Amino acid sequence: MIFPRRPQSIRARRVRGLAALAVIVAGAVVLTGCSGSVADPAVTTIVLYNAQHEQTTAALVAAFEKQTGIDVRVDNDDEDVLTAKIEQEGSRSPADVIFTENSNWLQQLADKGLLAQVRPSTLSAVPTADSAADGEWVGISARVSAIVYNMQKLKASELPTSVLDLADPKWKGKIELAPSETDFWPVVSSVEDTYGHAKALAWLKGLKANAGANIVPDNETLVSDVNRGVTELGIINHYYYARLKAETSTASLHAGLGYFAPKDAGYIKTISGAAVLKSSHFPSAAQELVAFLTSRAGQSTIARGESFEYPLRAGITPNPAIAPLSELSPSGFTAAEFGDGEKAKKLLQEAQLL
Amino acid sequence: MTGLTGQGLASLPPARGVRRGRFSLGLTITATIIGVLLLLPLVAVLVDASQAGWAEFSTVLFRTRSLELLVNTLALPLIVTPLAAAIGTAAAWFTERTALPGRRIWTVLLVLPIAMPDFIVGYAWHSIAPTASPLGAAVLVMTLSSYPLIYLPVAAALRRSDPALEEAARSLGLSSARTFFRVVLPSIRSAILGGCLIVVLVLVSEYGAFEIVRFQTFTTEVFTEFQVNPAAAGALSIPLVLIGVLVVVGEGLVPIPRSSQRPGMRRTSLIPLGPGAVGVIAAFVGLVALAVVVPVGTLLYWMANSQHSTLPAQATVLAATLTTCKYCAGGAQLAVLLALPIALLSARSRRGLPLIIERSTYLTLALPGVVIAVSLIFLSLRFAFAIYESSWLVMIGYAIITFPLALSCMKTSVRQAPAQLATVGRSLGRSAPYVFLRVTLPLIAPGIIAGFCLVFLTASTELTATLVLQPPDTVTLTTQFWAFQSETAYGAAAPYGLVIIVLSMVPGTLLAIWFDRLGQNR
Repeated sequence: MIFPRRPQSIRARRVRGLAALAVIVAGAVVLTGCSGSVADPAVTTIVLYNAQHEQTTAALVAAFEKQTGIDVRVDNDDEDVLTAKIEQEGSRSPADVIFTENSNWLQQLADKGLLAQVRPSTLSAVPTADSAADGEWVGISARVSAIVYNMQKLKASELPTSVLDLADPKWKGKIELAPSETDFWPVVSSVEDTYGHAKALAWLKGLKANAGANIVPDNETLVSDVNRGVTELGIINHYYYARLKAETSTASLHAGLGYFAPKDAGYIKTISGAAVLKSSHFPSAAQELVAFLTSRAGQSTIARGESFEYPLRAGITPNPAIAPLSELSPSGFTAAEFGDGEKAKKLLQEAQLL
Repeated sequence: MTGLTGQGLASLPPARGVRRGRFSLGLTITATIIGVLLLLPLVAVLVDASQAGWAEFSTVLFRTRSLELLVNTLALPLIVTPLAAAIGTAAAWFTERTALPGRRIWTVLLVLPIAMPDFIVGYAWHSIAPTASPLGAAVLVMTLSSYPLIYLPVAAALRRSDPALEEAARSLGLSSARTFFRVVLPSIRSAILGGCLIVVLVLVSEYGAFEIVRFQTFTTEVFTEFQVNPAAAGALSIPLVLIGVLVVVGEGLVPIPRSSQRPGMRRTSLIPLGPGAVGVIAAFVGLVALAVVVPVGTLLYWMANSQHSTLPAQATVLAATLTTCKYCAGGAQLAVLLALPIALLSARSRRGLPLIIERSTYLTLALPGVVIAVSLIFLSLRFAFAIYESSWLVMIGYAIITFPLALSCMKTSVRQAPAQLATVGRSLGRSAPYVFLRVTLPLIAPGIIAGFCLVFLTASTELTATLVLQPPDTVTLTTQFWAFQSETAYGAAAPYGLVIIVLSMVPGTLLAIWFDRLGQNR
């Protein structure tokens, strides 16, 4: 077989060859045309690795840029991903500031010597207990763990009073978990601190058995599933519920928010914070951004935004969509006790949830 | 959707009279270098895993959770592959061998599910039946999206197989069913096996659809671990590499029958279906409805019932489309350029070094996209910081992930190109580059274009590697869809999903036409 069955003219072949060549040449052009744009050297541009709510961060950054003239490039991703990225990048990291949802990732970076000291004036803007003991990261906002439940399937009076109750077989097939979401880890850590390793492990194994196939990657999915009645309840941070409420019409809102009994191990306040990288190319601009986040202007932006978290600075009223912190009674579990989150992670691994 | 390599196509006999060309040493060296470069991510995985140390390795790998994951990772291919093979083969037989009304239209429609990203099909079915069992949902979604990977090579094999034997069997009184099992099946066995190989590799490395329907496998676990515990991610991908090696080597050990693979000089007489045609058409309509209409319909439903999302879009649909096109076109160029030397080499010899190079490139199919992406980050941070966080890295990632797909299309064209023409050109005193540009390139152009389409299609639906590799402040259609989908902002996600489908339909249709012509050109 020398020729294909349908012989083609030389011209047709030539056209096809040219087409293929054009594909290759066009590719070379596309590839070479991809180099990045050059930044204006007159303006300082710092890079913020952001894991906090994108919209609120965008508002914070816009206000900061307006106030200082410093440009901020925001790189949004999950907090664990950004932490891993900084660890991999080491001294060559393009990041100047990191802003996470949970403090453990900041503590992990601090322990690896990757963070600079936050300015004392910034640290003093928020309560001392809500920042790193040695000042390597500063607390920006607080969140409170809560129960989200489907109001068509459960009454508020039927909710468990202790987080330990959720491991009871009576919740089998009725609970959903998001164990890879860091928001769940401080609860695990708090239970372990309160009841010890063995009891915490047995509790997690009970939760796993009760959840069955209802293991989801994030709390957004969990809240949405509870609302749709896929499952009856789950443990979240308060703001996921506030966000669901903001996004859902009243007619289709079937989820309610509840809390465990006051001071229960599952009823805790956790901290979202920020830090300056030791490898920052613009340390003073980076410090200014972190200072702005704890300033009156920054904290008010958080209070107005749709992240629905509690500003840490005294005298700033949180978003009216959420209950004032003074009405809540979380246990005394602190960011220092949560630490780098390793203990919670190990326990989740031991329970085969991670 | 990771596409197909059509091992069935690769089993075509080489053009007779192929001779080693004069530049075969240069070609061998080039191909070897490319082969080694393509395996670098694999090496990086192993280096990374070994750096994590034995303790990390054993805590994540040797525990009961790994067993649960292993059961899931293996159960799915065991269920889905036979289903996809049965559906794909039956569909191919009906379109190629029977007088089915609208045969030409079905050859395109039946392939269209290949243009549907698995995570969109998963999202559609999950939003319809959120309480379905994870295994059941995963089986449904993956069967629907992977049967075309069997259909395409089997249809091509049927088109080129000699109809004389089948006609003889029937004229001797064998029923159609018996003819199928005794005569047809042996002649398309290698095409089916080749398709199954790809299906298994795709299933092992699938992420998005499984994450949505909550079916946990080693690949979804790797992605989770990569986030919370990066040191362990390398260790967890080792079982995936082993599964890939087993499948690729195992498939290579199956002998390929060549007996009835003869250029068909005439068309088979088509078997009349009679009233049975209605049933077949109903089945086909059902298949296309489940695989294409349901996902598209779901996207439209969510768009119409859009709710407010507090998550801002990082890019408009247009901007995300342009970014996607840029990355996919770049990746496809690169894949095609890299595949060319290996395709030329493997056409010259099917044993020894060329075979090893060719086969080794299939291993990347079993690696989840995220693992390749993480390896590229690892390599670029150490050895090529200039391209770190640049679009280059995305395109290189796409080229590596889709390389086997580009190779299989081009190999098919190279095999079909009569090598004597190049030899004649050389003997007439023309230079090697001249002969390549004027003789070889035009002959293999259809394969290059098909390879480009297939890579573009696959890359435009790629998710995990893109999530890791996309430069800061850029998003593609898939990553923006994923960002909204993860926040359960289904209405906001839907337009991006629809554009992905429209975008991949174009190369998908071109491919279906290319495969359809493949059999006839012989």
